[in-house]
Amino acid sequence: MHRIFLLWLLLFISGQSYAITTDLAVDASSEFNSLVNQLPKTKLRNMAPLIEQISQIQEPHTRDILQFMLDGELYFLKTNKQVVRAQAIAYKLYQLTDVLTEQSLADVKKSRISKIKTNNRLRSTLRSIIAKIDLTDKNKQVRLQAVQQLLSSPSKESTAIITELIDNEKDEYVQALMATTLSLQQLKAGDFDEKIEALTQLSGSLEPTVKNEIISLLANLPEKELTAEQQILKDVLSSTLDEIEIQASFYSALETVFFGLSLGSVLLLAAIGLAITFGVMGVINMAHGEMIMLGAYTTYVIQLAFPSMIEYSLLIAVPAAFIVSGTAGVIIERGVIRFLKGRPLETLLATFGISLILQQLVRTIFSPLNRQVISPEWMSGSWQINPIFSLTFNRLYIILFSIFVFISLLLILKKTSLGLHVRAVSQNRDMARALSIKSDWVDAITFGLGSGIAGVAGVVLSQLTNVGPNLGQAYIIDSFLVVVFGGVGNLWGTVVAAMSLGLTNKFLEPVTGSVLANIIVLVGLVLFIQKRPKGLFPQKGRSAD
Amino acid sequence: MNTPITEDSTKQPLFRSTNPLHLTIGILFITTLLVTLGNLIFPESSVLHVSDYTVSLLGKYLCYALLALAVDLVWGYCGILSLGHGAFFTLGGYAMGMYLMRQIGDRGVYGNPELPDFMVFLNLTELPWFWAGSDSIVWMVCMVFLGPGLLAFIFGSLAFRSRVSGVYLSIMTQAMTYALMLAFFRNEMGFGGNNGLTDFKEIFGFSLQSPNTKLSLFVATAVILALAYCLCHFIVKSKMGRVVTAIRDSESRVRFVGYKPEHYKLWIFVVSAMLAGLAGALYVPQVGIINPGEFSPLNSIEMVIWVAVGGRNSLYGAIIGAIIVSYAKTRFTAIMPEAWLFALGGLFVLVTLLLPKGIAGLIPSIKQKFAKTSNSAEANS
Repeated sequence: MHRIFLLWLLLFISGQSYAITTDLAVDASSEFNSLVNQLPKTKLRNMAPLIEQISQIQEPHTRDILQFMLDGELYFLKTNKQVVRAQAIAYKLYQLTDVLTEQSLADVKKSRISKIKTNNRLRSTLRSIIAKIDLTDKNKQVRLQAVQQLLSSPSKESTAIITELIDNEKDEYVQALMATTLSLQQLKAGDFDEKIEALTQLSGSLEPTVKNEIISLLANLPEKELTAEQQILKDVLSSTLDEIEIQASFYSALETVFFGLSLGSVLLLAAIGLAITFGVMGVINMAHGEMIMLGAYTTYVIQLAFPSMIEYSLLIAVPAAFIVSGTAGVIIERGVIRFLKGRPLETLLATFGISLILQQLVRTIFSPLNRQVISPEWMSGSWQINPIFSLTFNRLYIILFSIFVFISLLLILKKTSLGLHVRAVSQNRDMARALSIKSDWVDAITFGLGSGIAGVAGVVLSQLTNVGPNLGQAYIIDSFLVVVFGGVGNLWGTVVAAMSLGLTNKFLEPVTGSVLANIIVLVGLVLFIQKRPKGLFPQKGRSAD
Repeated sequence: MNTPITEDSTKQPLFRSTNPLHLTIGILFITTLLVTLGNLIFPESSVLHVSDYTVSLLGKYLCYALLALAVDLVWGYCGILSLGHGAFFTLGGYAMGMYLMRQIGDRGVYGNPELPDFMVFLNLTELPWFWAGSDSIVWMVCMVFLGPGLLAFIFGSLAFRSRVSGVYLSIMTQAMTYALMLAFFRNEMGFGGNNGLTDFKEIFGFSLQSPNTKLSLFVATAVILALAYCLCHFIVKSKMGRVVTAIRDSESRVRFVGYKPEHYKLWIFVVSAMLAGLAGALYVPQVGIINPGEFSPLNSIEMVIWVAVGGRNSLYGAIIGAIIVSYAKTRFTAIMPEAWLFALGGLFVLVTLLLPKGIAGLIPSIKQKFAKTSNSAEANS
């Protein structure tokens, strides 16, 4: 009973308040409409107060109308003085929209309409009004954009607006940006003391505009015969610039690290399956790259099959690719590899044959051309940390995903009974068999697991590179090198190897270019492995041979 | 069981000489003679005529055979599965290609007497230092052996000393080939980048387009193959060769006996690389182009399958395998190009699973069967 009463009360109150707001809204909008309709009649010198009045009313159309006016798109029909937005669609032919109702009107000749006149002063008023509206917008992004706009073209009016609004700003980032804008304006227009003060405020700011301003100020100072003030200013300017550059180089190094880690994650994903089949089982699977390729094609097929679910396609593709590649792996193990046990070189050749067959199979079914795999929306975009440093989401997700895959694999090997059996068989097959572990079954499952993870890597790679029949070939040599470099049979070693290769590659790239970086890393690896054949972290003890 | 076979084989007129050396050289000589006669004497309308195209094709196969011989020497007799012989082959080819490139002289598109076309295109004004001397025959012959030999020496001495072996070595050699491919694809390397070296006009002053030059190249390849076969046979039968075979079977035992396996391995690896380089040098004038695509890991592994198909425990097996597989490739890619990779892939799998000794491995058992049937026939009569 109580509840029903409360509910009723709630309904009543909300209904009441709704009525009030609509009343107010009707009032406001009728006033707004009448003000807008005054626009055609008002003379240019009386325009500023009218615009001021219009901007006072918080209507959804307020900003639009002012913006149209600023852009010179605000017209009125000569016949009935109706205010419209007119966009030229052909020579002297205009497409009209009613600004108040947003209804499209019939296209008219230029002679039928007349522009609502503005001048430079009015336009600058309009600009600052719009900036003010944007700066008080509820959406943080809109405010941020408005500040950025002001930062790139500072003026006296913008300084006034920002000084007025800065204390009310809730968001720290936007507020800091506002402060930067103020300091920049001060640096530009202020006297000596103000300039020095602004510079202390600005030191460490990463906005490109600030850096450009400082550089141009430095360039404007005379080369010789500086006054004492100019000399001080020059020193402060250059030291601030140095500070900014140090910061910038720090962040660019951070960015390279990020790129390197993301490349390392890709390598890790590609190699981790191999670390299982080659590292733990000791089977040379040259068709590993094709398992990756199968995973990528699975993604493609899933996007083809469910075109309406592109957003979720990757989530479906991960298990699907695991199953497809895993099954292929089990078939290969049962059909070929188990007959070649203890003959690694023959295994290498046979699996290479399989990789050729799979490549041709894909070429026959899907055509030799690259296939387009769509990136879902949530994969695109980036996380802007500061003006010069941002992390793209797809790379970020790949790093996180590879960590997830690695940890789950580690858990499977260390915590499950399957993992126990796998380790037992790899350490001592006969003893494991004597303890009633079905070694054949374990082999097949392990191989399937390694291949399945390669398939999952394929899903990730489909987001980064072209999906084509040669996708796998590009990764097979890298994958083997990562596993050997890290030390065979050592999953942690694989992680370290993949990450260090990724980082080395990305740090070399700016100096040497990407192809040469690749070559240098390859040659370096070959030389390293010849020095230490067992890799970074060799296995010790009885299981090492 | 063994005695009747030897008795029988002496009776067989075809197998009078069971020495594979004589047999192979003999067959090679007869084939070359027949092809030469067929090309020169019989008119084009005749069934026995051998066209210029076929001559070039056969010349190419013989280069492959020489290359297979090189691969067999290290894989079959020393147990080193090299996936890098494509690199040695291509390096030899580039040495020859550089020489041929310089022979073009001012007949190139840009008509520059000193610089090959691609260098003019890249706005170079003088030859890079490593092209110095490339217009002399002596330099070319040296580079054909030195280029691959030096690479094999550096790579081998590092790898064998630190006892990288087995699959690891295979992967290392593959990575080496791959790195070289990436490097040669760069224009800055000064080897023509993507397009490689091509548009050759003449070799030792003879036009490469003329049928006689093609025939001569074919004959030269056959002669060199025969010589290389003799060399390999000699190496395998020598004391050193026996040590190498022993290393294949049990490296640590050889080491314990007091030999230094790494020295023997290095030695045979370098010889093999040089042979591969020679094959590349003979290959380039006959096909008229050398480009970085030849470095591709697939090529190197295809060489291995020639040897696997032919039989890696015999030198003649390598030659048989190279020719059969290359012929199959020519046919397949002409008739149904789609199916070639299926066939090649299938060949890899089937040969390793069912025919570990290759075709050459079949010959003794065929002989044995033959002996059995003829023995029983004798007994019946």
